[in-house]
Amino acid sequence: MNLHADLIVLMPELIVALGTLALLIGGVIAGDKSTDTVSWLGIALLAAAGVVVFEHADKANAFQGAFVVDGFSRFTKLLILLGSAFCMLMAKEFYDVERKGRFELPVLMLLATLGMMLMVSASSFIALYMGLELQSLALYVLASFNRDSLRSTEAGLKYFVLGALSSGMLLYGISLIYGFTGTTEFAAIASVAAAGGLHIGLIFGLVFLVAGLAFKVGAVPFHMWTPDVYEGSPTPITAFFVTAAKVAAFALFIRAVIAPFPAVMHQWQQIIIIVSVLSTVLGAVAAIGQTNIKRLLAYSSIGHVGYALLGLAAGTQYGIQGMLVYLAFYLVTNLGMFACVSAMRRSGESVEDIRQLAGLARTQPHFALALGALTFSLAGLPPLAGIFAKVYVFAAAMQAHLYVPAIVNIVASVVGAFYYLRIITIMYFDEPVGAFDHDTGHGTNVIMWGASAISIFFVFVPAPLIAIAGTAAHALFP
Amino acid sequence: MIASHILSIVTFLPLVGAAAILFTSGSEAVVARNARWIALITTIVEFAISIYIWVKFDGSLAAFQFVEQADWLGPGIGYHMGVDGISMLFIVLTCGLMPFCILASWESIETRVAEYMVAFLALEALMIGVFCALDLVLFYLFFEGGLIPMFLIIGVWGGKRRVYASFKFFLYTLLGSVLMLLAILAMYNMAGTTDIVTLLHYHFPPAMQIWLWLAFFASFAVKMPMWPVHTWLPDAHVEAPTAGSVILAGILLKMGGYGFLRFSLPMFASASATFTPLVFTLSIVAIIYTSLVALAQEDIKKLIAYSSVAHMGFVTMGIFTITHQGVEGGIFQMLSHGVVSGALFLCVGVIYDRMHTREIAAYGGLVNRMPIYAACFMIFTLANVGLPGTGGFVGEFLTMLGAFAVNTWVAIFAATGVILSAAYALYVYRRVVFGELVKPALQTIKDLSPREIAILAPLVVVTLLMGVYPKPVFDVTSASVANLIGEYNTALAIDHAPQLAARTQGAVK
Repeated sequence: MNLHADLIVLMPELIVALGTLALLIGGVIAGDKSTDTVSWLGIALLAAAGVVVFEHADKANAFQGAFVVDGFSRFTKLLILLGSAFCMLMAKEFYDVERKGRFELPVLMLLATLGMMLMVSASSFIALYMGLELQSLALYVLASFNRDSLRSTEAGLKYFVLGALSSGMLLYGISLIYGFTGTTEFAAIASVAAAGGLHIGLIFGLVFLVAGLAFKVGAVPFHMWTPDVYEGSPTPITAFFVTAAKVAAFALFIRAVIAPFPAVMHQWQQIIIIVSVLSTVLGAVAAIGQTNIKRLLAYSSIGHVGYALLGLAAGTQYGIQGMLVYLAFYLVTNLGMFACVSAMRRSGESVEDIRQLAGLARTQPHFALALGALTFSLAGLPPLAGIFAKVYVFAAAMQAHLYVPAIVNIVASVVGAFYYLRIITIMYFDEPVGAFDHDTGHGTNVIMWGASAISIFFVFVPAPLIAIAGTAAHALFP
Repeated sequence: MIASHILSIVTFLPLVGAAAILFTSGSEAVVARNARWIALITTIVEFAISIYIWVKFDGSLAAFQFVEQADWLGPGIGYHMGVDGISMLFIVLTCGLMPFCILASWESIETRVAEYMVAFLALEALMIGVFCALDLVLFYLFFEGGLIPMFLIIGVWGGKRRVYASFKFFLYTLLGSVLMLLAILAMYNMAGTTDIVTLLHYHFPPAMQIWLWLAFFASFAVKMPMWPVHTWLPDAHVEAPTAGSVILAGILLKMGGYGFLRFSLPMFASASATFTPLVFTLSIVAIIYTSLVALAQEDIKKLIAYSSVAHMGFVTMGIFTITHQGVEGGIFQMLSHGVVSGALFLCVGVIYDRMHTREIAAYGGLVNRMPIYAACFMIFTLANVGLPGTGGFVGEFLTMLGAFAVNTWVAIFAATGVILSAAYALYVYRRVVFGELVKPALQTIKDLSPREIAILAPLVVVTLLMGVYPKPVFDVTSASVANLIGEYNTALAIDHAPQLAARTQGAVK
């Protein structure tokens, strides 16, 4: 395959990479007053990449099998681009109100997005690591973007130290796998593992790999960084972590265990089951005591990681389909959720205490309705969208005979319902403490309303998403 | 067009009303007035549609009628609606009780009226959906979706401990339901569909039936509620506003019994046979124990709540006799209890609106100033006891008849429950209504207003009518119940066939 054909396959990534560099140069020349322009151009760039991704429906390899474009990467890339674009819009409006806009923010978000796109297309461990580090390094900086805030810099530092540790584990695992199979390409590893039986060294490598990946998605027992980082980072950046970055990490996780290790599925399946169950239980129990909404959503995201991993634990195409439906639901709902959080301001200052939501149903009934719908959806109550995501992962788990993990997880979801209900209680049952500022940007309002409308009305047209996710999952199981 | 989509219309029309309320604007008083009228008109139209369904319903058929089908979630999970003799009357009951709920809230709900009406209309849509759904996932959606509006109704417009009560209600019910969801998914994996009509003829392996039955039982037993998972009910009833209690007792509790009839008996026949002693035991405990507990209550609503648990004990007992009388009695008991307990809560609401207390001790001698009220309350109390000539008698009698045929001891214990129910009901009636009117606060209490008479009078008529002429109900249910029992016995025979074959083989050897 020649270079030209390889570049065609990676066209969306090229668009984002070249566009980002152009924006960076333009930003450096024009200074911070160009922030708005850079943001809008960045969003346009992501949209353009999205169109190209959408048009490339065929399966193709590039760079001797280092990257692959298929239905799976197409689905997840579209989710990532969607999440990134909306987070960028949210960030622009967030910093408009704070009057602290800097052009580096959209540029860094674009670089992170580029890394994510490479991650989900990677089909060798070297390519995977490259994409992952491109993403992570941009995210470390983004976490501490409010450089004069103690919490934000602390978040960035914690994220960096723990992220570096997890990258180290990942690399160690990769090097072991390479050592025992002689290759870093997924397809080649799969054939070696299938032919050569189980070598203990390969199992060791696999365990380190899964641990590193679990770190990146924030699953228990590698979740310690999430609450602090999510709480400390600026709200739109937290939204970016929770939505686009999480989807990318999950896509990477799925491909990195499904593609190279179908032969040793029973080995990694056990780890994932345990990680999944621990995540849902801890997410449900630990969120109960939280009063900071971002911290609460961090624990909620740990719980959701657990549910999504249940689909991976099933290890079947059906399970991956459920997981992709879950990721789509999770991305959209959290975009709306964080749009609500970034709209929580009183006299210009962000408020993050959930008690400040008291009586919102009376002071701002529409805001309360949107937030309420998203909360119920996250709790997984019908007829809102969340239940469909749960139905598909649990159906896959039941099909794979994972009865006990399914039961534990679903009971944990009842415990988890408690803290979601508490948000509702505060908004609807308590006495009002006053309305929030009304100068939230239009974009943020659109995200909030769009996401809650999707949560409410998804029940009427669920079939298309489920069918698309099914096609995407099929790509991993040729 | 209309006739072929009648079930979708009756299910989703309340949502149209709710949307109309959401889009009214103006000052708070105007919105409140419009919301009340829109809600009332919507529920009355709903009632008319439900009567139309009843009239058009062919009682001689056991099959599902007014069936609608459409694609929804993909292969095996579709939008499938339909009613048979078991479910149809519950729709009528739901639609029939709703206008009374709206009227009962006309003056007693003063804050956030529009939201209240929206919650009630959404609840109505979801409740009707439960009885129409012929797909398990669709059923689950409606079944659990009802939690959200009810949670808000208790939590926003409830009494002092409303937050506690609403959480307890919500989490108890949710825990039961999610286990049912897992069972539904297991059935889907096994049978490849969640279509109820198909699943009714699908035979699950007996070993699997046990687990499926238990999971469904977890959900329905909480909803029913059966002893010992009934404790959410008294709290929810006490704290809910009057109309909320009416719906809770009148409709939501019936979903459990409906679930047993629709799923547990026909789909898991051999498991049902295995667990019948368990259900009987729990039913008997519910009947006797909660009747005794009711005897000791100081709060009128709590007393009615415990009496509901006892009456639902009759229902579960009747259903699991799996005889024609027992099952029909169970259905009838649910319908009559829906009317009677709803009416009792409305009666309590009448005096609560005047005195703002539900303590039995705060009342006494009401008959002196409120003769019409005393008469209505008496009729409902006696119907609750199961006096012949009222709706309560027919159901209790038939369930006990069914139980007697299956297990004499069960019938004997259940009969003692009837005595106990007479004891607590008459005791509370005497303390509230009879005696001298000595309490100073009660000296100026007024008798029923025309609006309240308009609410209670039709319910009196229905209660008495159900007692003296229950035939219209049995005309509807009979064919479906006969079919249900027939299917149950066939399924049981199939499940037992291998064992019998093994046994005969062993005997031959």
